[in-house]
Amino acid sequence: MSGHDHGEDGVSRRKVLECMTWAGTGVLWTITGGVPRSLSIIDSAQAATAAAPGMTFLQISDSHVGFDKPANPNALGTLEEAVAKINAMPTKPSFMIHTGDITHLSKAAEFDNADRIISQSKLDVHYVPGEHDFLDEDVKFYRERYGRGTKGAGWYSFDAGGVHFIGLVNVVDLKAGGLGNLGAEQLAWLEDDLRGKSKSTPIVLFAHIPLWTVYPEWGWGTEDGGRALEYVKGFGSVTVLNGHIHQVMQKVEGNVTFHTARSTAFPQPAPGTAPSPGPMKVEDARLRAMLGIASVNFKQNEQRLAIIDTPLQG
Amino acid sequence: MKTLNRRDFGVAVAAAILLPATHARADDMEVHIDNFVFQPAELTVKVGTTVTWTNRDDIPHTVVSAGKFRSKPLDTDDKFSFTFTNAGDYKYFCSLHPHMTGMIKVE
Repeated sequence: MSGHDHGEDGVSRRKVLECMTWAGTGVLWTITGGVPRSLSIIDSAQAATAAAPGMTFLQISDSHVGFDKPANPNALGTLEEAVAKINAMPTKPSFMIHTGDITHLSKAAEFDNADRIISQSKLDVHYVPGEHDFLDEDVKFYRERYGRGTKGAGWYSFDAGGVHFIGLVNVVDLKAGGLGNLGAEQLAWLEDDLRGKSKSTPIVLFAHIPLWTVYPEWGWGTEDGGRALEYVKGFGSVTVLNGHIHQVMQKVEGNVTFHTARSTAFPQPAPGTAPSPGPMKVEDARLRAMLGIASVNFKQNEQRLAIIDTPLQG
Repeated sequence: MKTLNRRDFGVAVAAAILLPATHARADDMEVHIDNFVFQPAELTVKVGTTVTWTNRDDIPHTVVSAGKFRSKPLDTDDKFSFTFTNAGDYKYFCSLHPHMTGMIKVE
Protein backbone atom coordinates (compact mmCIF):
# COMPACT_ATOMS: atom_id res chain seq x y z
CA MET A 1 0.00 0.00 0.00
CA SER A 2 3.03 2.19 0.38
CA GLY A 3 3.03 5.23 -1.87
CA HIS A 4 -0.58 4.83 -2.88
CA ASP A 5 -1.40 8.07 -4.60
CA HIS A 6 -4.84 9.61 -4.54
CA GLY A 7 -4.12 12.35 -7.05
CA GLU A 8 -5.13 15.93 -6.66
CA ASP A 9 -8.70 15.89 -7.83
CA GLY A 10 -10.16 14.09 -4.87
CA VAL A 11 -10.71 10.39 -4.81
CA SER A 12 -13.14 8.10 -6.53
CA ARG A 13 -15.79 6.35 -4.50
CA ARG A 14 -13.87 3.12 -4.90
CA LYS A 15 -10.72 4.71 -3.53
CA VAL A 16 -12.62 6.17 -0.60
CA LEU A 17 -13.97 2.75 0.25
CA GLU A 18 -10.46 1.27 0.03
CA CYS A 19 -9.20 3.92 2.41
CA MET A 20 -12.05 3.27 4.78
CA THR A 21 -11.23 -0.42 4.81
CA TRP A 22 -7.61 0.29 5.65
CA ALA A 23 -8.66 2.78 8.26
CA GLY A 24 -10.56 -0.02 9.95
CA THR A 25 -7.25 -1.57 10.87
CA GLY A 26 -5.37 1.69 11.33
CA VAL A 27 -3.78 3.77 8.61
CA LEU A 28 -1.14 6.40 8.68
CA TRP A 29 -1.91 9.34 6.45
CA THR A 30 0.73 11.83 5.60
CA ILE A 31 0.39 14.90 3.49
CA THR A 32 3.41 16.25 1.69
CA GLY A 33 3.03 19.13 -0.67
CA GLY A 34 -0.72 18.64 -0.70
CA VAL A 35 -0.52 15.06 -1.95
CA PRO A 36 -1.83 12.58 0.57
CA ARG A 37 -0.24 9.18 0.83
CA SER A 38 -1.35 6.23 2.79
CA LEU A 39 1.89 4.80 4.11
CA SER A 40 1.27 1.62 5.99
CA ILE A 41 -0.83 -0.26 8.46
CA ILE A 42 -1.05 0.42 12.13
CA ASP A 43 2.08 -1.06 13.68
CA SER A 44 4.62 0.69 11.48
CA ALA A 45 2.46 3.79 11.56
CA GLN A 46 2.61 3.89 15.33
CA ALA A 47 6.34 3.33 15.20
CA ALA A 48 6.72 6.18 12.73
CA THR A 49 4.74 8.51 14.96
CA ALA A 50 6.56 7.44 18.08
CA ALA A 51 9.83 8.28 16.39
CA ALA A 52 8.54 11.49 14.85
CA PRO A 53 9.27 14.81 16.47
CA GLY A 54 6.67 17.53 16.23
CA MET A 55 3.32 17.82 17.84
CA THR A 56 0.83 15.03 18.36
CA PHE A 57 -2.69 15.64 19.55
CA LEU A 58 -5.62 13.32 20.02
CA GLN A 59 -9.19 13.33 18.87
CA ILE A 60 -11.95 11.52 20.71
CA SER A 61 -15.59 11.82 19.79
CA ASP A 62 -19.13 10.76 20.50
CA SER A 63 -18.63 9.32 23.95
CA HIS A 64 -22.42 9.41 24.53
CA VAL A 65 -22.02 8.93 28.27
CA GLY A 66 -25.37 7.69 29.55
CA PHE A 67 -26.11 5.55 26.51
CA ASP A 68 -27.17 2.09 27.70
CA LYS A 69 -29.02 0.57 24.76
CA PRO A 70 -28.21 -2.83 23.17
CA ALA A 71 -25.59 -1.39 20.77
CA ASN A 72 -23.42 -0.82 23.88
CA PRO A 73 -24.94 -1.11 27.35
CA ASN A 74 -21.84 0.45 28.92
CA ALA A 75 -20.71 3.50 26.99
CA LEU A 76 -18.94 4.84 30.08
CA GLY A 77 -16.88 1.65 30.23
CA THR A 78 -15.69 1.92 26.63
CA LEU A 79 -14.80 5.59 27.21
CA GLU A 80 -12.70 4.39 30.10
CA GLU A 81 -10.99 1.90 27.78
CA ALA A 82 -10.31 4.68 25.28
CA VAL A 83 -8.67 6.80 27.99
CA ALA A 84 -6.59 3.79 29.07
CA LYS A 85 -5.47 3.50 25.44
CA ILE A 86 -4.45 7.15 25.47
CA ASN A 87 -2.55 6.77 28.72
CA ALA A 88 -0.66 3.81 27.26
CA MET A 89 0.62 5.73 24.25
CA PRO A 90 4.39 5.74 23.95
CA THR A 91 4.52 9.51 23.44
CA LYS A 92 2.28 11.70 25.53
CA PRO A 93 0.13 13.82 23.22
CA SER A 94 0.14 17.59 23.63
CA PHE A 95 -3.60 17.83 24.19
CA MET A 96 -6.91 16.37 23.12
CA ILE A 97 -9.91 17.58 21.19
CA HIS A 98 -13.39 16.13 21.75
CA THR A 99 -15.67 16.56 18.76
CA GLY A 100 -18.95 16.42 20.63
CA ASP A 101 -21.75 14.22 21.91
CA ILE A 102 -19.90 13.99 25.19
CA THR A 103 -23.16 12.88 26.78
CA HIS A 104 -26.22 11.11 25.46
CA LEU A 105 -28.95 13.20 27.10
CA SER A 106 -27.11 16.24 28.57
CA LYS A 107 -27.80 15.17 32.15
CA ALA A 108 -25.58 16.73 34.80
CA ALA A 109 -24.52 13.28 36.00
CA GLU A 110 -23.55 12.31 32.45
CA PHE A 111 -21.33 15.38 32.11
CA ASP A 112 -19.84 14.64 35.54
CA ASN A 113 -19.10 11.03 34.64
CA ALA A 114 -17.58 12.00 31.29
CA ASP A 115 -15.34 14.52 32.98
CA ARG A 116 -14.30 12.08 35.69
CA ILE A 117 -13.09 9.59 33.06
CA ILE A 118 -11.64 11.99 30.47
CA SER A 119 -9.71 13.94 33.11
CA GLN A 120 -7.80 10.72 33.87
CA SER A 121 -5.88 11.37 30.64
CA LYS A 122 -4.38 14.43 32.38
CA LEU A 123 -4.52 16.26 29.05
CA ASP A 124 -5.98 19.63 28.21
CA VAL A 125 -9.19 18.96 26.33
CA HIS A 126 -10.71 21.33 23.78
CA TYR A 127 -14.38 20.57 23.29
CA VAL A 128 -17.01 21.38 20.72
CA PRO A 129 -20.62 20.38 21.41
CA GLY A 130 -22.72 17.79 19.65
CA GLU A 131 -26.50 17.97 19.44
CA HIS A 132 -26.68 15.56 22.39
CA ASP A 133 -24.90 18.09 24.62
CA PHE A 134 -27.61 20.75 24.34
CA LEU A 135 -30.62 18.72 25.48
CA ASP A 136 -31.02 20.01 29.06
CA GLU A 137 -33.95 22.31 29.59
CA ASP A 138 -31.94 25.49 30.11
CA VAL A 139 -29.17 24.47 27.69
CA LYS A 140 -26.64 25.46 30.30
CA PHE A 141 -24.70 22.38 31.39
CA TYR A 142 -22.36 22.32 28.38
CA ARG A 143 -21.81 26.07 28.45
CA GLU A 144 -21.13 26.12 32.17
CA ARG A 145 -18.50 23.44 31.82
CA TYR A 146 -16.90 24.12 28.45
CA GLY A 147 -18.18 27.43 27.17
CA ARG A 148 -15.89 29.75 29.08
CA GLY A 149 -14.05 32.12 26.77
CA THR A 150 -15.97 30.95 23.70
CA LYS A 151 -18.19 32.94 21.37
CA GLY A 152 -21.83 32.38 20.46
CA ALA A 153 -22.90 28.79 21.03
CA GLY A 154 -19.31 27.82 21.87
CA TRP A 155 -16.93 28.49 18.97
CA TYR A 156 -13.31 29.59 19.48
CA SER A 157 -9.80 29.30 18.17
CA PHE A 158 -6.36 28.73 19.64
CA ASP A 159 -2.79 28.15 18.51
CA ALA A 160 -0.63 25.18 19.40
CA GLY A 161 2.64 23.94 17.95
CA GLY A 162 2.47 26.37 15.05
CA VAL A 163 -1.01 25.18 14.02
CA HIS A 164 -4.12 27.34 14.20
CA PHE A 165 -7.06 25.37 15.62
CA ILE A 166 -10.65 26.46 15.14
CA GLY A 167 -13.51 24.80 17.02
CA LEU A 168 -16.88 25.34 15.34
CA VAL A 169 -20.46 24.64 16.43
CA ASN A 170 -22.82 23.27 13.78
CA VAL A 171 -25.52 21.70 15.96
CA VAL A 172 -27.71 24.65 16.94
CA ASP A 173 -30.54 26.46 15.20
CA LEU A 174 -30.98 23.66 12.69
CA LYS A 175 -33.56 24.28 9.98
CA ALA A 176 -36.36 21.88 9.02
CA GLY A 177 -35.30 19.70 6.13
CA GLY A 178 -31.70 20.89 6.42
CA LEU A 179 -28.33 19.65 7.67
CA GLY A 180 -25.88 20.93 10.27
CA ASN A 181 -25.69 24.70 10.51
CA LEU A 182 -22.96 27.24 11.30
CA GLY A 183 -24.96 30.42 10.79
CA ALA A 184 -24.06 33.90 9.63
CA GLU A 185 -22.66 35.13 12.95
CA GLN A 186 -20.21 32.26 13.28
CA LEU A 187 -19.14 32.48 9.63
CA ALA A 188 -18.44 36.19 10.03
CA TRP A 189 -16.38 35.43 13.12
CA LEU A 190 -14.47 32.72 11.22
CA GLU A 191 -13.65 35.04 8.34
CA ASP A 192 -12.41 37.60 10.84
CA ASP A 193 -10.44 35.01 12.82
CA LEU A 194 -8.52 33.98 9.69
CA ARG A 195 -7.88 37.50 8.49
CA GLY A 196 -4.19 38.37 8.42
CA LYS A 197 -3.07 34.79 9.06
CA SER A 198 -0.14 33.68 6.94
CA LYS A 199 -1.27 31.24 4.24
CA SER A 200 1.46 28.89 5.35
CA THR A 201 -0.14 28.50 8.79
CA PRO A 202 -1.55 24.97 9.03
CA ILE A 203 -5.25 25.13 9.88
CA VAL A 204 -7.27 22.55 11.77
CA LEU A 205 -11.04 23.02 11.74
CA PHE A 206 -13.01 20.79 14.09
CA ALA A 207 -16.74 20.49 14.61
CA HIS A 208 -19.23 17.77 15.51
CA ILE A 209 -21.19 17.19 12.29
CA PRO A 210 -19.05 16.70 9.16
CA LEU A 211 -18.44 20.05 7.46
CA TRP A 212 -18.62 18.36 4.08
CA THR A 213 -21.60 16.48 2.71
CA VAL A 214 -21.16 12.82 3.58
CA TYR A 215 -24.74 11.61 3.17
CA PRO A 216 -27.52 14.21 3.19
CA GLU A 217 -30.25 11.55 3.31
CA TRP A 218 -29.13 10.94 6.91
CA GLY A 219 -28.36 14.56 7.65
CA TRP A 220 -24.60 13.93 7.50
CA GLY A 221 -23.34 17.26 6.32
CA THR A 222 -23.41 20.98 7.09
CA GLU A 223 -25.71 23.27 5.15
CA ASP A 224 -23.28 26.20 5.06
CA GLY A 225 -20.07 24.18 5.54
CA GLY A 226 -18.96 25.22 2.06
CA ARG A 227 -18.82 28.83 3.22
CA ALA A 228 -16.38 27.93 5.98
CA LEU A 229 -14.25 26.00 3.50
CA GLU A 230 -14.14 29.01 1.19
CA TYR A 231 -12.42 30.97 3.95
CA VAL A 232 -9.64 28.40 4.35
CA LYS A 233 -9.17 27.76 0.64
CA GLY A 234 -5.93 29.71 0.22
CA PHE A 235 -4.15 27.99 3.11
CA GLY A 236 -1.49 25.42 2.29
CA SER A 237 -2.55 22.82 4.82
CA VAL A 238 -6.11 22.43 6.07
CA THR A 239 -7.40 19.53 8.14
CA VAL A 240 -11.08 19.15 8.98
CA LEU A 241 -11.84 16.83 11.90
CA ASN A 242 -15.39 15.75 12.69
CA GLY A 243 -17.40 13.13 14.57
CA HIS A 244 -21.15 12.45 14.55
CA ILE A 245 -21.15 9.55 12.10
CA HIS A 246 -19.36 7.08 14.42
CA GLN A 247 -17.03 5.70 11.77
CA VAL A 248 -13.80 6.61 10.03
CA MET A 249 -14.19 8.37 6.74
CA GLN A 250 -11.63 10.39 4.87
CA LYS A 251 -11.65 12.57 1.81
CA VAL A 252 -8.94 14.77 0.32
CA GLU A 253 -9.63 17.76 -1.89
CA GLY A 254 -6.59 19.78 -2.89
CA ASN A 255 -4.92 20.95 0.30
CA VAL A 256 -7.89 20.02 2.46
CA THR A 257 -8.11 16.71 4.29
CA PHE A 258 -11.48 15.75 5.77
CA HIS A 259 -11.52 13.08 8.43
CA THR A 260 -14.12 11.69 10.82
CA ALA A 261 -13.26 9.77 14.00
CA ARG A 262 -14.81 6.70 15.49
CA SER A 263 -17.09 6.97 18.51
CA THR A 264 -16.04 5.56 21.86
CA ALA A 265 -19.65 4.48 22.48
CA PHE A 266 -21.32 2.68 19.57
CA PRO A 267 -20.88 2.25 15.81
CA GLN A 268 -23.26 3.56 13.18
CA PRO A 269 -23.82 1.98 9.77
CA ALA A 270 -22.03 3.02 6.60
CA PRO A 271 -24.14 5.46 4.57
CA GLY A 272 -27.22 3.86 3.09
CA THR A 273 -26.46 0.35 4.35
CA ALA A 274 -29.23 0.32 6.99
CA PRO A 275 -32.75 1.71 7.32
CA SER A 276 -31.48 4.52 9.58
CA PRO A 277 -28.26 6.04 10.95
CA GLY A 278 -29.15 4.83 14.47
CA PRO A 279 -26.86 2.82 16.76
CA MET A 280 -25.67 -0.37 15.07
CA LYS A 281 -25.73 -3.54 17.13
CA VAL A 282 -22.80 -5.81 16.27
CA GLU A 283 -21.58 -9.01 17.89
CA ASP A 284 -19.98 -8.28 21.27
CA ALA A 285 -16.65 -9.57 19.98
CA ARG A 286 -16.67 -7.03 17.16
CA LEU A 287 -17.77 -3.94 19.11
CA ARG A 288 -14.33 -2.75 20.20
CA ALA A 289 -12.95 -3.02 16.68
CA MET A 290 -15.52 -0.41 15.68
CA LEU A 291 -14.86 2.05 18.51
CA GLY A 292 -11.69 4.03 18.94
CA ILE A 293 -9.65 7.21 18.96
CA ALA A 294 -7.56 9.16 16.48
CA SER A 295 -4.15 10.72 16.89
CA VAL A 296 -2.83 13.47 14.66
CA ASN A 297 0.84 14.27 14.21
CA PHE A 298 2.16 17.49 12.78
CA LYS A 299 5.79 18.17 11.93
CA GLN A 300 6.83 21.77 11.75
CA ASN A 301 8.12 23.06 8.43
CA GLU A 302 7.21 19.88 6.64
CA GLN A 303 3.57 20.62 5.86
CA ARG A 304 3.07 17.08 6.96
CA LEU A 305 0.20 15.88 9.02
CA ALA A 306 -0.62 12.28 9.82
CA ILE A 307 -3.84 10.85 11.21
CA ILE A 308 -3.84 7.46 12.85
CA ASP A 309 -7.10 5.80 13.78
CA THR A 310 -6.74 3.26 16.52
CA PRO A 311 -9.62 0.97 17.45
CA LEU A 312 -10.09 0.00 21.09
CA GLN A 313 -9.27 -3.54 20.07
CA GLY A 314 -8.10 -5.43 17.00
CA MET B 1 -35.43 17.41 43.82
CA LYS B 2 -36.98 15.87 40.76
CA THR B 3 -37.91 12.33 41.58
CA LEU B 4 -39.79 11.70 38.35
CA ASN B 5 -37.39 10.78 35.56
CA ARG B 6 -38.12 11.67 31.99
CA ARG B 7 -39.36 8.24 30.99
CA ASP B 8 -41.71 7.99 33.96
CA PHE B 9 -42.94 11.45 33.21
CA GLY B 10 -43.61 10.41 29.64
CA VAL B 11 -45.54 7.39 30.86
CA ALA B 12 -47.48 9.55 33.32
CA VAL B 13 -48.42 12.00 30.61
CA ALA B 14 -49.43 9.18 28.32
CA ALA B 15 -51.52 7.63 31.08
CA ALA B 16 -53.23 10.93 31.79
CA ILE B 17 -54.18 11.18 28.16
CA LEU B 18 -55.15 7.59 27.63
CA LEU B 19 -56.85 6.80 30.95
CA PRO B 20 -60.39 7.99 30.17
CA ALA B 21 -60.53 5.15 27.68
CA THR B 22 -64.29 4.99 27.81
CA HIS B 23 -64.62 8.40 26.23
CA ALA B 24 -61.46 8.35 24.17
CA ARG B 25 -62.42 9.99 20.93
CA ALA B 26 -62.03 7.96 17.81
CA ASP B 27 -60.09 10.76 16.17
CA ASP B 28 -57.15 10.84 18.57
CA MET B 29 -54.15 9.90 16.49
CA GLU B 30 -50.66 8.53 16.84
CA VAL B 31 -47.40 9.18 15.06
CA HIS B 32 -44.47 6.84 15.61
CA ILE B 33 -40.82 7.66 15.21
CA ASP B 34 -39.04 4.64 13.79
CA ASN B 35 -35.64 4.65 12.09
CA PHE B 36 -35.44 8.46 12.08
CA VAL B 37 -38.78 8.74 10.24
CA PHE B 38 -42.14 10.15 11.38
CA GLN B 39 -44.80 7.61 10.50
CA PRO B 40 -47.10 8.55 8.97
CA ALA B 41 -45.15 11.51 7.62
CA GLU B 42 -48.40 13.28 6.79
CA LEU B 43 -51.60 13.00 8.78
CA THR B 44 -54.97 14.66 8.23
CA VAL B 45 -57.09 15.20 11.37
CA LYS B 46 -60.16 17.14 12.49
CA VAL B 47 -59.99 20.22 14.70
CA GLY B 48 -59.83 19.15 18.35
CA THR B 49 -57.77 16.04 17.67
CA THR B 50 -54.92 15.15 20.00
CA VAL B 51 -51.91 13.69 18.25
CA THR B 52 -49.39 11.69 20.27
CA TRP B 53 -45.86 11.07 19.01
CA THR B 54 -43.90 8.11 20.38
CA ASN B 55 -40.15 7.76 19.89
CA ARG B 56 -39.30 4.12 19.25
CA ASP B 57 -35.65 4.75 18.30
CA ASP B 58 -32.58 4.25 20.49
CA ILE B 59 -31.69 7.90 19.90
CA PRO B 60 -33.56 10.93 21.28
CA HIS B 61 -35.69 13.01 18.94
CA THR B 62 -37.83 16.14 19.23
CA VAL B 63 -41.07 17.24 17.61
CA VAL B 64 -40.99 20.94 16.74
CA SER B 65 -43.37 23.11 14.73
CA ALA B 66 -42.02 26.65 14.60
CA GLY B 67 -44.17 28.93 16.75
CA LYS B 68 -46.76 26.19 17.37
CA PHE B 69 -45.38 23.44 19.54
CA ARG B 70 -42.07 22.06 20.75
CA SER B 71 -41.52 18.82 22.63
CA LYS B 72 -38.73 18.19 25.07
CA PRO B 73 -36.15 15.69 23.84
CA LEU B 74 -37.91 12.35 23.73
CA ASP B 75 -35.80 9.41 24.82
CA THR B 76 -36.72 5.88 23.80
CA ASP B 77 -40.48 5.25 24.30
CA ASP B 78 -41.14 8.82 25.50
CA LYS B 79 -44.30 10.48 24.20
CA PHE B 80 -45.40 13.97 23.32
CA SER B 81 -49.01 15.07 22.73
CA PHE B 82 -50.52 18.16 21.21
CA THR B 83 -54.17 19.04 20.70
CA PHE B 84 -54.92 20.88 17.46
CA THR B 85 -57.58 23.51 18.07
CA ASN B 86 -57.17 25.44 14.83
CA ALA B 87 -57.35 24.34 11.21
CA GLY B 88 -54.25 24.62 9.09
CA ASP B 89 -51.10 22.86 7.91
CA TYR B 90 -48.61 22.21 10.70
CA LYS B 91 -45.21 21.37 9.32
CA TYR B 92 -42.88 19.98 11.95
CA PHE B 93 -39.41 18.47 12.24
CA CYS B 94 -36.87 17.00 14.66
CA SER B 95 -34.62 19.83 15.78
CA LEU B 96 -31.80 17.34 16.42
CA HIS B 97 -32.07 15.58 13.06
CA PRO B 98 -33.65 18.21 10.82
CA HIS B 99 -33.87 15.92 7.82
CA MET B 100 -36.76 14.31 9.72
CA THR B 101 -39.88 16.22 8.75
CA GLY B 102 -43.63 15.67 8.97
CA MET B 103 -46.93 17.44 8.58
CA ILE B 104 -50.29 17.46 10.36
CA LYS B 105 -53.14 18.81 8.24
CA VAL B 106 -55.97 20.00 10.48
CA GLU B 107 -59.37 20.41 8.82
